[in-house]
Amino acid sequence: MTLPVIIHTPALTSGAIDTSTIPGWGVDADPLNDPTYPIRDRARDPGLTSDWERPTIQHPDVEILQSIEHIRQPAVVGTSVPPSGLSGMMRRTAFRWSESNWTHWLLLMGADRVNVIEGIVDDLAHARIPNIPAEMGIRSELAHNKRGFAKKLAVGGLIGVVAVGLLKRRRQQ
Amino acid sequence: MLAMNYRGPYRIRLSEKPMPEILHPRDAIVRVTRSCICGSDLHLYHGMVPDTRVGTTFGHEFCGVVEQLGPEVENLKVGDHVLVPFNIACGQCHFCLQGLFGNCHEVNPEATALGGIFGYSHTAGGYDGGQAEYVRVPYADVGPVVIPDWMDLDDAVMLTDVVPTGYQAAEMGGIQKGDTVVVFGAGPVGLMAARCAWLFGAGRVIVIDMYDYRLEFARTYCPAEVYNFKEIDDVVVFLKKATDGLGADVAIDAVGGDASGNALHTLFGTKLKLEAGSAIALHWAINSVKKGGIVSIVGVYGPTGNMIPIGNVVNKGITIRANQASVKRLLPRLIEHVRMGHIDPKAMITHRVPLDHIADAYHMFAAKLDGCIKPVLVPNGG
Ligand SMILES: NC(=O)c1ccc[n+]([C@@H]2O[C@H](COP(=O)([O-])OP(=O)(O)OC[C@H]3O[C@@H](n4cnc5c(N)ncnc54)[C@H](O)[C@@H]3O)[C@@H](O)[C@H]2O)c1
Ligand SMILES: [Zn+2]
Ligand SMILES: [Zn+2]
Repeated sequence: MTLPVIIHTPALTSGAIDTSTIPGWGVDADPLNDPTYPIRDRARDPGLTSDWERPTIQHPDVEILQSIEHIRQPAVVGTSVPPSGLSGMMRRTAFRWSESNWTHWLLLMGADRVNVIEGIVDDLAHARIPNIPAEMGIRSELAHNKRGFAKKLAVGGLIGVVAVGLLKRRRQQ
Repeated sequence: MLAMNYRGPYRIRLSEKPMPEILHPRDAIVRVTRSCICGSDLHLYHGMVPDTRVGTTFGHEFCGVVEQLGPEVENLKVGDHVLVPFNIACGQCHFCLQGLFGNCHEVNPEATALGGIFGYSHTAGGYDGGQAEYVRVPYADVGPVVIPDWMDLDDAVMLTDVVPTGYQAAEMGGIQKGDTVVVFGAGPVGLMAARCAWLFGAGRVIVIDMYDYRLEFARTYCPAEVYNFKEIDDVVVFLKKATDGLGADVAIDAVGGDASGNALHTLFGTKLKLEAGSAIALHWAINSVKKGGIVSIVGVYGPTGNMIPIGNVVNKGITIRANQASVKRLLPRLIEHVRMGHIDPKAMITHRVPLDHIADAYHMFAAKLDGCIKPVLVPNGG
């Protein structure tokens, strides 16, 4: 289910101008001046119409969020991870705006960050403590980048010591 | 089944997940025999692609054996060993009809600007990918190609993305015989673009990167003149001097949003994410191509926007050509190139990692450890 969105579009006046009334129409048309060749196959271009023979339509049984730039649901959709929780609410909200609007993408990025926390909460709820070093590939770091790893540890340690020192001083004051 | 499971930026693990099911009459279920980690996966891994949901399985480069078929798929049979293009495409919409299989309009509900891609976030359609034991392949009658029996599986899996993308990068460059081509990025895609530039008749090929081990590889594999931008004060001036002060005929961006080399872009693009990735390689491409030259972009950027010198594009009269590779369109030609020995895709594979060690494979590829160019994931115990 997607949120109902009302879009106000001014009526389009497509085809309103008769090209035969335009002096010189098409006199400089040059099929060789086609920078999209061969990426685009002009021979199979039926013109700008969404009226192609459509594939069988998939009816997903999970919630699909849909861009408001679409005039209909694409025939086939991915159903891997339906939106859920707070991040899901943020994602639904994001789809009130078009792909051309920053708000859309910023909300989705925000939802991604919230979703990471939800993931950890979900792990804990299933009595699983995520092994974050393993998830970050610590084995390959130790095998191939011992020096870099030691440096990161040392820098991290130093920042830690300084931070604790500063905190202590503040408490004493 | 076992599948890669994204937990957040820099965090992945292998998890037990339900088997994929046929959800549409043109679906297939494929048992994966090879899958790769790609530079594009790094954008996901680094948390740069909006709507990358926790629990998603990545992987858009894979081949495998058909296990199950929907009733409308007539050109494949159970047991076929297929390579599967990374773009999912219906084959009959306005765009597919024109060969734009990377821009299908019947596959991605979330975005109209992007087609459908396996395991590439919900922004690319919400499909699980092939870094798993099994995967759902929609429109299985359009994309998948039965692997010829003479072909090595390692070549086959490289044909799902890297080879067509590199080839199309060169193709979009409109390279004419004798042209000077500069390729930014010596990852698998850039290497293949540089290799393919010769097929189009380039007279000179230059590759720019920051990793000596990759440049060394490029020197003999492509082959190409190679330069490390870390050792160069100003890449654009350097390239101008190398081209009689004019600039290259064609510049190819095979880097994308994870580019290094400029503190401002790194801060805005990769750290603060105020632009859709760091666009410094593209910046260099625009500024180092000649007036009237062509910039071909296959490097991937996010959907919002980037700081690029568009004024110079206008003033220099540059043509920009870009797209997601249209894998299916190019496959017949590329299979022929592999058969004829014109290209040797599997030579780029440096690591073979069992699915179990996927987190380490990602870190190794992302941090460019152990001379890694292209890691291939193989089934556990396989
Ligand atoms: N358009 C498509 O269809 C398509 C398909 C596949 C991959 N891609 C994109 O192509 C790009 C490359 O993929 P890959 O697998 O080769 O990735 P990769 O990460 O292995 O390679 C990128 C290379 O660029 C180098 N680099 C970083 N900053 C640079 C700079 N400023 N100048 C020159 N080189 C620089 C890196 O050191 C690295 O070697 C990625 O953005 C990926 O998303 C696009
Ligand atoms: Zn890829
Ligand atoms: Zn289509």
